[in-house]
Amino acid sequence: MEKWSRFNIASVVLGFGFLYLPIVLLVIFSFNESKLVTVWAGFSTKWYGQLWQNQSLLDAAWVTIRVALLSATCATVLGTMAALALVRYTRFRGRVLFSGMVYAPLVMPEVITGLSLLLLFVAIGFDRGFWTITLAHITFTMCFVAVVVQSRLLSFDQSIEEAALDLGATPVRTFFAITLPVIAPAVFSGWILAFTLSLDDLVIASFTTGPGATTLPMKIYSQVRLGVTPEINAICTILIGVVALGVIVASIVTRRREAQREKDERAAFAAIG
Amino acid sequence: MAKLASAFVSRLVIIIPYAWLLFFFLIPFFIVFRISLSQTAVAMPPYMPVFDLAGGLSGIAQKLREFSLDNYVWLTEDALYFNAYVSSVVIAAISTFLTLLIGYPIAYGMAKAPRSLRPTLLMMVILPFWTSFLIRVYAWIAILKPEGLLNQFLSTLGLIDQPLIILNTNWAIYIGIVYSYLPFMVLPIYSALEKMDLSLTEAAQDLGCTPAAAFWRVTFPLSLPGVVAGCLLVFIPAVGEFVIPDLLGGSETLMIGKTLWSEFNSNRDWPVSSAVAIILLMILVIPIVYFQNIQAKADGEGR
Amino acid sequence: MKSLGSIRRSFAPWADPASKPFISFKNVTKKFGDFTAVDDLSLNIYTREFFALLGASGCGKSTLLRMLAGFEQPTSGEIILDGQSLTGIPPYRRPVNMMFQSYALFPHMTVENNVAFGLKQDRMPKADIAERVAQMLKLVKLEKFAKRKPHQLSGGQRQRVALARSLAKRPKVLLLDEPLGALDKKLREETQFELMDLQQELGLTFVVVTHDQEEAMTMADRIAVMSHGKVVQVATPAEIYEAPNSRFVADFIGDVNIFDGSVTSAGDGYVVIETTGAISVRMASAEKPAKGARAAVAIRPEKIRLSRQAPAHAPTNAAEGEIWDIGYLGDMTVFHIRLKDGKVIKASSLNAVRAVEDPLGYDQQVWVSFGEDAGVVLKD
Repeated sequence: MEKWSRFNIASVVLGFGFLYLPIVLLVIFSFNESKLVTVWAGFSTKWYGQLWQNQSLLDAAWVTIRVALLSATCATVLGTMAALALVRYTRFRGRVLFSGMVYAPLVMPEVITGLSLLLLFVAIGFDRGFWTITLAHITFTMCFVAVVVQSRLLSFDQSIEEAALDLGATPVRTFFAITLPVIAPAVFSGWILAFTLSLDDLVIASFTTGPGATTLPMKIYSQVRLGVTPEINAICTILIGVVALGVIVASIVTRRREAQREKDERAAFAAIG
Repeated sequence: MAKLASAFVSRLVIIIPYAWLLFFFLIPFFIVFRISLSQTAVAMPPYMPVFDLAGGLSGIAQKLREFSLDNYVWLTEDALYFNAYVSSVVIAAISTFLTLLIGYPIAYGMAKAPRSLRPTLLMMVILPFWTSFLIRVYAWIAILKPEGLLNQFLSTLGLIDQPLIILNTNWAIYIGIVYSYLPFMVLPIYSALEKMDLSLTEAAQDLGCTPAAAFWRVTFPLSLPGVVAGCLLVFIPAVGEFVIPDLLGGSETLMIGKTLWSEFNSNRDWPVSSAVAIILLMILVIPIVYFQNIQAKADGEGR
Repeated sequence: MKSLGSIRRSFAPWADPASKPFISFKNVTKKFGDFTAVDDLSLNIYTREFFALLGASGCGKSTLLRMLAGFEQPTSGEIILDGQSLTGIPPYRRPVNMMFQSYALFPHMTVENNVAFGLKQDRMPKADIAERVAQMLKLVKLEKFAKRKPHQLSGGQRQRVALARSLAKRPKVLLLDEPLGALDKKLREETQFELMDLQQELGLTFVVVTHDQEEAMTMADRIAVMSHGKVVQVATPAEIYEAPNSRFVADFIGDVNIFDGSVTSAGDGYVVIETTGAISVRMASAEKPAKGARAAVAIRPEKIRLSRQAPAHAPTNAAEGEIWDIGYLGDMTVFHIRLKDGKVIKASSLNAVRAVEDPLGYDQQVWVSFGEDAGVVLKD
């Protein structure tokens, strides 16, 4: 039994303080009465009220959500396929190139990805706007989905698939009846990850956007450059709240399911033993 | 027949994402490369089809003659670009080192935490990563401003008379990068430490190591794969970082991501920005390939 | 009691009141929260002894070993090694070394560097380290593998590296935590004897933790059988087997038939017990329990005789039954005989000749019988 030493506790607490304090401060000052974001002048929700009058902001939010929903869904399908290809097919022509293309976008500077996609859309004469942002987001988020799903597939007991095949299921049916239900939590967290990445992205969207398609991060960015305002704090707080809520709910759901499964397994073993 | 069909379906699992990535990830790089070789004169990009084979061989030869290295020559002549590349790499390296310094103890503390607490800690490290990058960088402006929260706090404690000037300096960039990329450093180190057999450090102590010596001779060397992965995950994107230097850095801060952005958006010089991107890519190609190698190796072990 | 200890060899410092213990656990208790892993335990181990701590998982044997190594501190009580209290001494200052169950070989170091690790901590001169490492590798027959990394070795080779590493510092005591647990059966048996030879050769004190009774019986001079943080019996393997002091020990070590009943009479050196199966058992016993007291008799399967005719002493120490199961093991055969009341008795017989003319077969009626000194009377 390893002891959790004082030094260990201190580094974890300080580390988490560092990670969360700026966000907490931002949230607190979104409820500030004063226009000054660094001097507290009493509680107020007026900045939230003002958001609802800002039509261009609401439009941007709507564009962002549509892009995120669509791109996350497509990226999840493509990313899951890519993960299956990487894990299940250890040899095929061009596998090295393929795995390279899956991992590279994870670390590729966004300016490069953004620029290269823009030049592609220009070269093929694709009108820039909602659809180009969506395509760009599918491309860079599918790789994150692939990595998340891949790690689940690697810890997957392949003999249950073999059992299904042995019992007469076709590979396609095996995938939908056996593989997909087992990896579903990973696919789901892949979707959430893709969704939030798309929601957050500024650089790639700025490169690939066209007239009429302004996303929320682009809107925030153009205002942030002019200075810190409680109004931006309010938008940010809403975004943080939505994402945090989603992630926490998702993790509670998966953990409950996991706990339930463990409990069931224990019960089953107890019944046998 | 059915077997053939199902073999084809399972091939599709490879073909579809492969084709997608080829078209949307790999080919665009060739286009960037192609455009980086074209004339700077045009303010708007060349619209000619890049893969126009209609002209036959002579057409291709014609195109090849049109290629020019002018943009690259331009980049080498202007010290601004060279300095921007160097300073990007330096800033990224310093920030990566600082992230390691802060991230390692956190990862170590998490790995030593009671087993029941670990999933929660893990989620808490990942959670900030899900909130917008832009928002997290923005949050620091209010803290680091001369009249910001940090200076207010420090002067209330009586530690400073004059406000510290942090915003719009390189220090603000370091803080921004460390803050934004910390989870990328913590997670791989944590997973390397967490799966390590505890009896190894016990064995080292049993053989005469003090706890500190056991850490440096056994624990740290064994966590190196995680350290390397974490450093690459921070360093590579940090070199091309745009948002952090733009929002937190000063006007004299040179980082190549920012240069590329302004070259593209303000000067609308697409060929030069393409050349900037190609050189940036060349700088990063070694760490990226290295990263892919260790990633592929990790897969091999997981199998 | 006949001297059962002399069956093994004439090494018995524990029997000599003049000899001083080398390791002493004095009223040691270890608690993890509400859970008591070791409960007010006292135990003496002597120099050059091969001592085994035997018990099921969770009985506290590993905790005891880890307290000796210094990885855990006793909640109360004291451990004394060679006249010195170990209280407050960290593991890296204790003259004991441990061979870990998982071997805990450093994966980033070669075999050579693993073995040299402890010596380097002591700042031994380089030349001496090289010499000692070579000597150790020779001892475990791994000279050719000095430059390999642990993952390039087989399980048995890793075990020997771990052994060489823990012996390299010439500890006063070597602690072995399930040393053979990860090896397959055949290799385990070979290694048991190698370990015994090594211990003899080096003249060290070995304390081994194991859950495998055969392993403990083969290797150890004495065995401490543990249960729920307490030592139930400390004795030589022969004593533990032939004269268990409790039902728990009798049941834990080897196969046994237990007859429960109550004492009907007790005389000089014998007891008669009427068992629940209505067999009257007369057994040699030094003690003289009161009439009517509950008692049990434990008899090992190999001490039970099978015959087609009723023995002369029937019905005392004999009963009739039917052969229910036969397990042929090669060197011996195990019979399960079902008595009239349904109780199943285990009996085993050596296959001393290759073929028996008229072997016992399924469903045959047989008599089981045993002598007056075949078993042991257990109180409680």
